[in-house]
Amino acid sequence: MRPKYMRSPLIPEMATQEVQLNETLAHLKTESETLKSKLEEERAKLHDVELHQVAEKVEGLGQFVMKTRRTLKGHGNKVLCMDWCKDKRRIVSSSQDGKVIVWDAFTTNKEHAVTMPCTWVMACAYAPSGCAVACGGLDNKCSVYPLSLDKNENLAAKKKSVAMHTNYLSACSFTNSDMQILTSSGDGTCALWDVESGQLLQSFHGHAADVLCLDLAPSETGNTFVSGGCDKKANVWDMRSGQCIQSFETHESDINSVRYYPSGDAFASGSDDATCRLYDLRADREVAIYSKESIIFGVSSVDFSLSGRLLFGGYNDYTINVWDVLKGTRVSILFGHENRVSTLRVSPDGTAFCTGSWDHTLRVRAICSLI
Amino acid sequence: MTINTLAKGGSVFIILIVAMQDPDMGMKMRNQRLLITVIPMVKGVEFLLWFLTEALHVGDMLVRYGYIYPLKEPRSYTRWPASELDYAIYLAKKNIRKQGERWNMKGYSLLHKRINHTWDFVVMQAREQLRASKQRRKADRIVLECQEQAYWLINRPPVRSLSSLLCVHLCFRPFCLQIETSKRALGRNRVKSSICLESFTKYSEQYQNHDPIMQGCLPSNPWISDDTAHWTMNSEMVPVPTRLRVERWSFSFMELLNDVMGRKEFMTYLEKEFSAENLCFWQACEDIRHGESSKIIEKVEEVYKNFLAPGAARWVNIDSKTMDKTLEGIKHPHRFVMDDAQMHIYFLMKKDSYPRYLKSELYKNMLAKAIVPQETKKSVFPFMRRQRHASPSPAQAASQTPPEGGRAKGAGQAGTNSAAGSNA
Repeated sequence: MRPKYMRSPLIPEMATQEVQLNETLAHLKTESETLKSKLEEERAKLHDVELHQVAEKVEGLGQFVMKTRRTLKGHGNKVLCMDWCKDKRRIVSSSQDGKVIVWDAFTTNKEHAVTMPCTWVMACAYAPSGCAVACGGLDNKCSVYPLSLDKNENLAAKKKSVAMHTNYLSACSFTNSDMQILTSSGDGTCALWDVESGQLLQSFHGHAADVLCLDLAPSETGNTFVSGGCDKKANVWDMRSGQCIQSFETHESDINSVRYYPSGDAFASGSDDATCRLYDLRADREVAIYSKESIIFGVSSVDFSLSGRLLFGGYNDYTINVWDVLKGTRVSILFGHENRVSTLRVSPDGTAFCTGSWDHTLRVRAICSLI
Repeated sequence: MTINTLAKGGSVFIILIVAMQDPDMGMKMRNQRLLITVIPMVKGVEFLLWFLTEALHVGDMLVRYGYIYPLKEPRSYTRWPASELDYAIYLAKKNIRKQGERWNMKGYSLLHKRINHTWDFVVMQAREQLRASKQRRKADRIVLECQEQAYWLINRPPVRSLSSLLCVHLCFRPFCLQIETSKRALGRNRVKSSICLESFTKYSEQYQNHDPIMQGCLPSNPWISDDTAHWTMNSEMVPVPTRLRVERWSFSFMELLNDVMGRKEFMTYLEKEFSAENLCFWQACEDIRHGESSKIIEKVEEVYKNFLAPGAARWVNIDSKTMDKTLEGIKHPHRFVMDDAQMHIYFLMKKDSYPRYLKSELYKNMLAKAIVPQETKKSVFPFMRRQRHASPSPAQAASQTPPEGGRAKGAGQAGTNSAAGSNA
């Protein structure tokens, strides 16, 4: 004898409803596909020349000799992420064991160390003022630590929890000031947060899977950023409205890293399909692919040199490949790490670049001579 | 039992007795033999059970139809039908307190997928409600928790309706978003590849001399020679800048404004031309856009007073359409309210003042004075390492002077390591 209130209501129209739903779904699918192919057609119409053709008149690059000038040892486990300070010599890095370390890379001294309450700190960023760092990972949060030189002060005590996602934090970046942070997460969204109040200012929906990376545009209006995800798409977003302005889907696997070309008119992406690609925002298409048959391991991170002529890519086969952006050829291959390269950034004034690896170390490299 | 039909004007008790004998919903009747008579009877225990069940049912009806309700009505106790958002908040709270009933984890994750776009709102609401409830007296808290739990046991959305609506959201949403994005993208203006790609070669050529990796840097790359002279010479405020730096100001307006020293020089020039208010206005707008949320209203007020109000001390010249739009927006100030006006002034300076600055005596003198550092001769003993000196951390500099509105100032202090790092 079941009490009356526990009997579930009957929904007799379920059967016909389902049929209707399936029809609408099919219709939406076809509309989406048609629009996509129309878009590709439009994009192809204005593509009248290839990048390497335009670059034929540019002088070729000589041989590079790049040497490791600093090796930063101190992390007890895989280094996952790093960022430069605006003073061109300090670095913050984070690792799998939950440690976040701030180094003066020039002297190789460790200046600050924080232990996060979670492991796999996949994202870290230096504040533009140099007074704070942000980091996060498996705790689904992005926390900001103000840096204090008082030896007695426990950095973890001043921690401020800013962002809150429903899955792991994959990347974070301060915008033009210490007051706002942009984050991307495994829950498929990116979000803009106000640091002071922890309030969500804007969220960005459109990726169909985990978002792995993001980069802010160095443009005059300073209002856009690009994100790359496991759905093989790279999306360009408007920070004010939250809308996706442009979308590029030519990679064959997860996009691990995106970085803007210094002029802000294009961006490069590195993916698990072992290629780096260059996308032009005004032409609205992919304009170059940097790949070689001998390279079969995925790219974990990319960055441009100051003039945008060189593209550095850190690969999972422990090497760094240096590409000539204009001609599309590989200029150099660098060795040194004993495990996969997980993160790579060029310093703010372009004098050197730093790589972090699963071999627990960070290396700062600079050109010794150009023959 | 003689009363088995509802006579006219029957009392509540008679209604009950009649219901008790209902073959479907009533009690289980048995026949008991008493000597030779067969008497229909019911077991005492079953009698109690039946009553209890019906009493519970009546009680539930009373709650459901609102005859009984909690005194302090939190927002989530909305009347039937309850919104799935509230149910999501309830489950989120349980999840946070780690009391999630195992059997409804599936419902929770289904809901999550479905209202993913408002999930941050859900989580925040849950946290808020938990925080608010902590402030109540323990007795009240327990009572409210029991009520909430009972409410949701009754009113939780049944799994079947979840799945049909789930189809709509889960399946449709990604396609709808994709269609929207594609439609917008089709409407874009595209530029021919030849023009775009040409700009890359131009850019690389222009910046080649400034790229330390390509061309080296003077006097020497600090990472190679361990000499920080290059950084000292290029720190934010120096008496005499390097030639490369001053040249870079002529590449684009953005380069000029991004360099602290360049911006200061430009301000000096504008003051001579009596149009310095443009740059001040632009800077104030940047401060609003990137500053703390809490200070936006007061900053907008300041900007209005100083730059936009009729008869303002430093009135900026904006076209009437933009001015009207901005003044309208100021009534409800938000972070981006000054955007249109700021853009207008930015392009005004870029098209007018900036080119004139580059042709001015002020800039030309600066370029002439600028130093070209001597390249450090490579030392005879390349293995002898110079001592690497530390530099003051930007964090330390900031703790001595309180940071203003989060502007990127600290980086400058770190560069002025005059005593510390430059001597061999």
